[in-house]
Amino acid sequence: MLSVAVNKVRGSFSLDAAFELPTPGVVALFGRSGSGKSTLINLIAGLLDADAGRVALDDLVWLDTGRRLNVPAERRRIGYVFQDARLFPHLSVAGNLRYGERRAPAGGYVSLDTVVGLLGLGSLMERRTHQLSGGERQRVAIGRALLSQPKLLLLDEPLASLDTARREEVLPYLENLRDQLAVPMVYVSHDFDEVSRLATHIVLVEQGRTIAQGGVGEMSLNEDLRSIIGADAVGAIIDGTVLGVDESSGLTRVSAGRGELKVRAPHLAAGATLRLQLLARDLIVATQPPQHLSVRNSLSGVVASLDRDDDDSELIAIDIGGTLIMARVTTAAVRDLRLAPGLPVWALVKSVSLRSHSFAAPPATSSARPGA
Amino acid sequence: MMWLSPSESEALSLSLSVAARSVALSLPLGILAAWVLTRRRYFGHTLLDAFVHLPMVLPPVMVGYLLLLLFGTRGPIGSWLQRTFGVELIFSRNGAALATAVMSFPLMVRAMRISLENVDRGLEDAARTLGAGAFDRFATITLPLMLPGVLAGAITAFSAALGEFGAVITFVSNIPGETRTLPLALYTALQTPGGNDAAARLAVISFLLGLSGLMLSEWFARRVRRLLGR
Repeated sequence: MLSVAVNKVRGSFSLDAAFELPTPGVVALFGRSGSGKSTLINLIAGLLDADAGRVALDDLVWLDTGRRLNVPAERRRIGYVFQDARLFPHLSVAGNLRYGERRAPAGGYVSLDTVVGLLGLGSLMERRTHQLSGGERQRVAIGRALLSQPKLLLLDEPLASLDTARREEVLPYLENLRDQLAVPMVYVSHDFDEVSRLATHIVLVEQGRTIAQGGVGEMSLNEDLRSIIGADAVGAIIDGTVLGVDESSGLTRVSAGRGELKVRAPHLAAGATLRLQLLARDLIVATQPPQHLSVRNSLSGVVASLDRDDDDSELIAIDIGGTLIMARVTTAAVRDLRLAPGLPVWALVKSVSLRSHSFAAPPATSSARPGA
Repeated sequence: MMWLSPSESEALSLSLSVAARSVALSLPLGILAAWVLTRRRYFGHTLLDAFVHLPMVLPPVMVGYLLLLLFGTRGPIGSWLQRTFGVELIFSRNGAALATAVMSFPLMVRAMRISLENVDRGLEDAARTLGAGAFDRFATITLPLMLPGVLAGAITAFSAALGEFGAVITFVSNIPGETRTLPLALYTALQTPGGNDAAARLAVISFLLGLSGLMLSEWFARRVRRLLGR
C-alpha cells in the first residue's frame, strides 16, 4: 500500500493532498493543468520538501514530519520519468541507462536486458540523446528510471509533449510495464484517454486538493471527473473477463456485470481481463427487451439513479449486476419512459471502445515492438 | 626556435611555465567560485561577486603591491608559508604564477559562470532521483555539462597569464630566467639600446600565442558543443 498525505504552501498556492494505492497498481493523478499534480509528485519524490506529512510504501517510510524523518531524494529509490525526459546530453543512450543501474543496490529486480527488451531500446543503445525522436527519448527515460530498481515509479505526464502518433507508440510500452513488472506507479496526466488505458486507480486533483479517489470503474462515473473530461468522454469503464470466442461472428465474448458483450478484440485466452469503455452517448435505453434492431450488444439491469447532466439531458446509472454503466438520455425521454430508480431497463450498446488489450494478463506478443 | 636568442626563448618557455602553473592554481578555485556565485544565494553574495571581479578594475600594479604586502617575506601569508613549507613566493616563478592567477581569475570565472548558468538544473534533479548524491551529481552531470565554459575559461586565463605585466613586475620583479616572462622581456628589450629587433621578435611571439589561444578556445568550445548535441 502506498500512502501519501502531504501539505505544502508555496506563495499563494497551497497543496493539501492525501491518497492511498493498493500495490501493485497504477494510480493516476488526474486533474486540470495547474491543479498541483506535479507539485504532489515532486513532494513524493523528495525533490520538494513538504511542510508536513507522511509518505510511505508499506513499511518503507520516506517522509514523516511527525517523526522528523525526511529521506533525501537520492536515497528514496523512487524512479521519476519527467515530462521532458531529461536525458543526460553528454552520455549515450547506454550511458543514460547505466547511470541509474550503477547507483542501485546489487541484485535488482530488473536487468538491462529485460528493460531493453521491454522498451524496444536494442537499436538505440549507441545513439546520442539528441539523435532520438520524442517517443524514443521517453522510452529511454522510462528505462533509465526502471534500471535504478525503484520501489515506486513516478511518471509526470510522460506523453504530454508527444504528438498523437508518438503517444500511441509509447503507450503500449507503458502497458507492458504495468503488466509485467510489479512496481507500483504514480502516473500524472490531464489526458483521460491515457488514464483510462493505464490506471488501476484514479485520484482527482483540483486546486491542490485530492477531491475524490477510487478504482477506475467506480471513478469513471464520478461527478467531478465528468465535469473535467467533458460530456462526450463520459462513460463507464469496465474490466471484463474474456469468456471465449463467439463461433458465428468471430468476436470475443467479454463479461460485463451479469451480462456479456461481443467485441472485436485480439484473441485472448479465456480468463484474461479486457478493459472496455461504454460511452454514455453510445448507449440507448429501452424499457422492453429490444428486438428487430441492428445493434447486437445489449445489457439488462435496473435504473440505479438519475443525474441531471445539462438542460435537456440526464445521465442514467444502470446496475447491470454489481456493476454500474451510464447512459445519456434526453429529459423528454426520461419523462416519456417514466425512468426512475428501480425500473428494469435494457441498455443497447452502439459501440464499445477497448481501453487496454493486455490488462493484467500479458498477451503472447508482448515483446513485439508496437511502434516499429 | 632558431631565430630567437637564448634569453628570448628562455622568456618564452618561462612564460608558458608560469601560465601553466597559474591555470593549475586557479582552475579548481575558479570552478568553486563559479559554482558558489551561480548556485548559492546568501548574505554577502554581492560582496563576494565584486571581490572576485576586483582585479579587472584595479590597476595591476596595485594588485602586485597588495600581493607583496600579503605574500612578501614579512606579509602575514608569506611569512607563514615560509615558516611552514619553506616556500618563498617573492622573486620566484611561483610568485609570478600567483600574480597572473589573481589577474586572470575574473576572466576565468566569468566564462565558467555563463556555462554553468546554462546547465539545466532539471538534469541534476533527474540524477538525484537516480541515486546520485550532491558531489556525485556535480562530478558526473554538472561539471561535464559546464565543460565548454571550463575549457574556454582555462584557455582564456592561460592566454591572459602569458601577457600579465604590471602585477608580475611589482610582485616578483624582473629577474631573467625566473620571473622575466614575455611582456617583461619585451619591456626590457625596449629599454635596452639596440633592442628593437629583439622587441619585434618578442611582440610577434606574444601576438601568435594570444591568437592561437583564442582560436584554440573557440575550437574546443565548438567540439564540446557538438558532443553535447547543441
